[in-house]
Amino acid sequence: MATGTDQTPEQLDRVVIRFAGDSGDGMQLTGDRFTTSSALMGNDLATFPDFPAEIRAPAGTMAGVSAFQVHISDHDILTPGDSPNVLVAMNPAALRANIDVLGKGATLIVNVDAFDERSLTKAGYDSNPLTDGSLGAYIVYEVPMTSITQEVCKEAGVKPRDAERSKNFFALGLVSWLYTRPTDPTIEWIEKRFADRPEVAEANTRAFRAGFHFGETAELFESNYEVRPATFPKGEYVQVTGNQALAWGLIAGAKLAGVPLFLGSYPITPASDILHELSRRKEFGVRTFQAEDEIAGIGAALGAAFGGSIGVTTTSGPGLDLKSETLGLAVNLELPLLLVDVQRGGPSTGLPTKTEQADLLHAMFGRHGETPVPIVAAQTPSHCFAAAIEAIRLAIKYRTPVILLSDGYLANGAEPWRLPDIESLAPIDPGFATEPNHTEPDGTAKFWPYVRDELTLARPWAPPGVPGLEHRIGGLEKEDGSGNVSYDPANHEQMVHLRAAKIAGIARDIPEVEVDDETGDAEVLVIGWGSTFGAIAAGVRRVRAQGKKVAHAHLVHLNPFPTNLGEVVGRYRQVLVPEVNLGQLSLLLRAEFLVDAQSLSKMQGVPFRAAEIERALMNLLGGA
Amino acid sequence: MTSTAIPVTTRKDWTSDQEVRWCPGCGDYSILAAVQMLMPDLEVRRESTVFLSGIGCAARFPYYMNTYGLHSIHGRAPAIATGLATTRPDLDVWVVTGDGDALSIGGNHLIHALRRNVRLTILMFNNQIYGLTKGQYSPTSEVAKVTKSTPFGSVDAPFNPISLALGAEASFVARTHDMDRHHMQEVFRRAHEHNGAAFVEVYQNCNVFNDGAFEKITGRDVRSSMLIPLMHGEPIRFGAEGERGVVQRPDGRLEVVQVTDVGEDALLVHDETRDDPSLAFALSRLSHGPHEPTPIGVFRSVERSEYGAEMSRQIVDAQERKGPGDLASLLRSGSSWTVD
Repeated sequence: MATGTDQTPEQLDRVVIRFAGDSGDGMQLTGDRFTTSSALMGNDLATFPDFPAEIRAPAGTMAGVSAFQVHISDHDILTPGDSPNVLVAMNPAALRANIDVLGKGATLIVNVDAFDERSLTKAGYDSNPLTDGSLGAYIVYEVPMTSITQEVCKEAGVKPRDAERSKNFFALGLVSWLYTRPTDPTIEWIEKRFADRPEVAEANTRAFRAGFHFGETAELFESNYEVRPATFPKGEYVQVTGNQALAWGLIAGAKLAGVPLFLGSYPITPASDILHELSRRKEFGVRTFQAEDEIAGIGAALGAAFGGSIGVTTTSGPGLDLKSETLGLAVNLELPLLLVDVQRGGPSTGLPTKTEQADLLHAMFGRHGETPVPIVAAQTPSHCFAAAIEAIRLAIKYRTPVILLSDGYLANGAEPWRLPDIESLAPIDPGFATEPNHTEPDGTAKFWPYVRDELTLARPWAPPGVPGLEHRIGGLEKEDGSGNVSYDPANHEQMVHLRAAKIAGIARDIPEVEVDDETGDAEVLVIGWGSTFGAIAAGVRRVRAQGKKVAHAHLVHLNPFPTNLGEVVGRYRQVLVPEVNLGQLSLLLRAEFLVDAQSLSKMQGVPFRAAEIERALMNLLGGA
Repeated sequence: MTSTAIPVTTRKDWTSDQEVRWCPGCGDYSILAAVQMLMPDLEVRRESTVFLSGIGCAARFPYYMNTYGLHSIHGRAPAIATGLATTRPDLDVWVVTGDGDALSIGGNHLIHALRRNVRLTILMFNNQIYGLTKGQYSPTSEVAKVTKSTPFGSVDAPFNPISLALGAEASFVARTHDMDRHHMQEVFRRAHEHNGAAFVEVYQNCNVFNDGAFEKITGRDVRSSMLIPLMHGEPIRFGAEGERGVVQRPDGRLEVVQVTDVGEDALLVHDETRDDPSLAFALSRLSHGPHEPTPIGVFRSVERSEYGAEMSRQIVDAQERKGPGDLASLLRSGSSWTVD
């Protein structure tokens, strides 16, 4: 490892670093590179990109601050960390926007060149925090990042204004030294990424090296640190974001079913990266369709499903509202369809780049009529892969639209992922209809589109192209069996019950919910769903470390619930439901099981911290 | 899907067992008959034919065709059909829609299907009224129309569907009417042959809520003097004796004239294959409603790349370049590391 220092680095078991700067400062890229180096070193990690909706808010303002938080450790971790140990602030606004989340005694590395009067004013500072004593509780390193970067780039013939843009690589170099990250992968990456702009590659490399050497030689830092590799189970690992894993899961699911994958989608944050990733993978036969609107995205997906593809649509926020009409049609047509909702803050446009879990009740009930839809929720970035396969499995097996819930935190967050054994993934049988399934009284063979499988209650999937299976389906109520239009009252009631029973019956086909309860006699059950998994599990660990007994269960299937859920929630004296909404799962649990499920709510556009779960649990236990 | 010879069929083979439920006397009956009788001539297979619709009276059409069919939701048929046609290039996909379905709630989907040039045969039944919801004005109703929702007359300016389709970059645009089976069948046949999005406006009489809307131009006794047949490569003329015709004035404007006034050589010769749609557009503006001489037939028919074929080509290219997708390498497309 090219640390280039004689000092022995001090050992740390974990560290949380937050890179913050202007939207145009390249903080996401800096954080991402640091994360990759750490992954390659074998650390466990979790990341939290936190950026504004504006592409370029006015430079230097609080509104324009973009941050990337990464937690690296030598042991298994579950969250991107509650409070950063290190904040890299590229300007006064970045400092001011992030100082409140820092723990006392944390390290601040600031780009002192950016702390001029104008920038301080823009950030809303009356006086310079570097000199007015307000940062007394922190260890502050003032580093002239801009001027050193300009200096080293000048020698490469890069103009000062262009050179200034490489200062994020200086910061990356400095932090790489501070935490003894290898330099080679980053330099190789720079060369590859900027291969067509050699002068930019040169400037970035110089800035990166200058930052690294600054740490080594400036004698500013007392020591550097090392976070040793974590002990992982054997296997091959990659670093993956939720959106990436989800896109790969869609490809895998379609492949397991042996049907083509069609994505109909309209660009929307933070779901768009799934469209981007799939549009690059045409060699898998994936068709991606950037539709004229959200409605056409799901409409085209449904049309593809009628034709025998697995139709997928991806969306976020208000896009979900626009899908409702077609989802209802898909429920009536009983065709396999997958809607991926990468939840973000609402209502309306809300907080486009911030995370939230407030679409659960919409997913459950957001359609007119009795219109049940199975719901699957991913709980970590890498789990998005398995969740996507599971959603496709249910959609195909039960001929139904399925909603897969992810969120902004999972979508952009990254973690190491032990690659699954692809060969071990279970195939999915599309079970296309091949022959007539009904005999008329006069003996003629006919195809009836709504004859159901006795076990699953699923109807046949009969894409066009097969002689003898011609049939017409539509959004009008069907006659049970024949599928002909029917306004018969008794038939309608029968069909409503059949559709409900089909979805409810999925409960027999999904695993029971597992309860993490070490001793089996915990006082409190914490139950969650989706991306709260990491924070809840970490919070539970902390409470257990204090000798308390708590149980944790986490739901992947939200509709229908696992068959043992009622028994599980009824088993504990207290049930706590942390959600990034106002208590949607707790409402469902109360309604379904008549339990006093208590909601722990957070609505700040950011995930729970482990400490918040810990505090809530300690309060409950204290009062017990 | 099979390579055997296409079976010989009759209208009966293309007729489903469902009772047709349009109002007696509705123009939809003659359009349905025209299509059912045309199908045996098109050399297509029932199992490879799909009729897809949205909502409205016209949208019941798929139930009456003994093919695959999908009766979907209001306005969305072009979007749903886009997903079907692009994933199943082996199918013939017909979209049956109405003026409210296609131009009001579904306007966005229609124009985008047309500009993308998805291989769809779109038949838009225009009766200038909302029939299924019992008589409100539609986006093609004339100004001042008194309906249930406009007791004092509508104040909306109507769409000209042909102008709209041309403006949306449609590569095939035609108009026909429900009183002339032969003309309908010729236009439908041409639309079906077209490799791309084909848009056909069919003037259709709603005898319950807007009876006689097109009578002034499609009635048997007035037809020859009020309908201007467009024939590729022919001078544009009409009237019982072909006594009237269309000329283009120096400022580009089109005008209906007496042939004797200008001489035959001055008549505009119709060229549906012109790449520039402006002349077709000018033809679409010749009439301001079904009360003055109105062109029918194919306004425009040009070749341009078909959306689904382009989508498929990119897949074939990628597979030739990279080989068929391999899941194991996909998962390793970033950096991977091994823990022993």
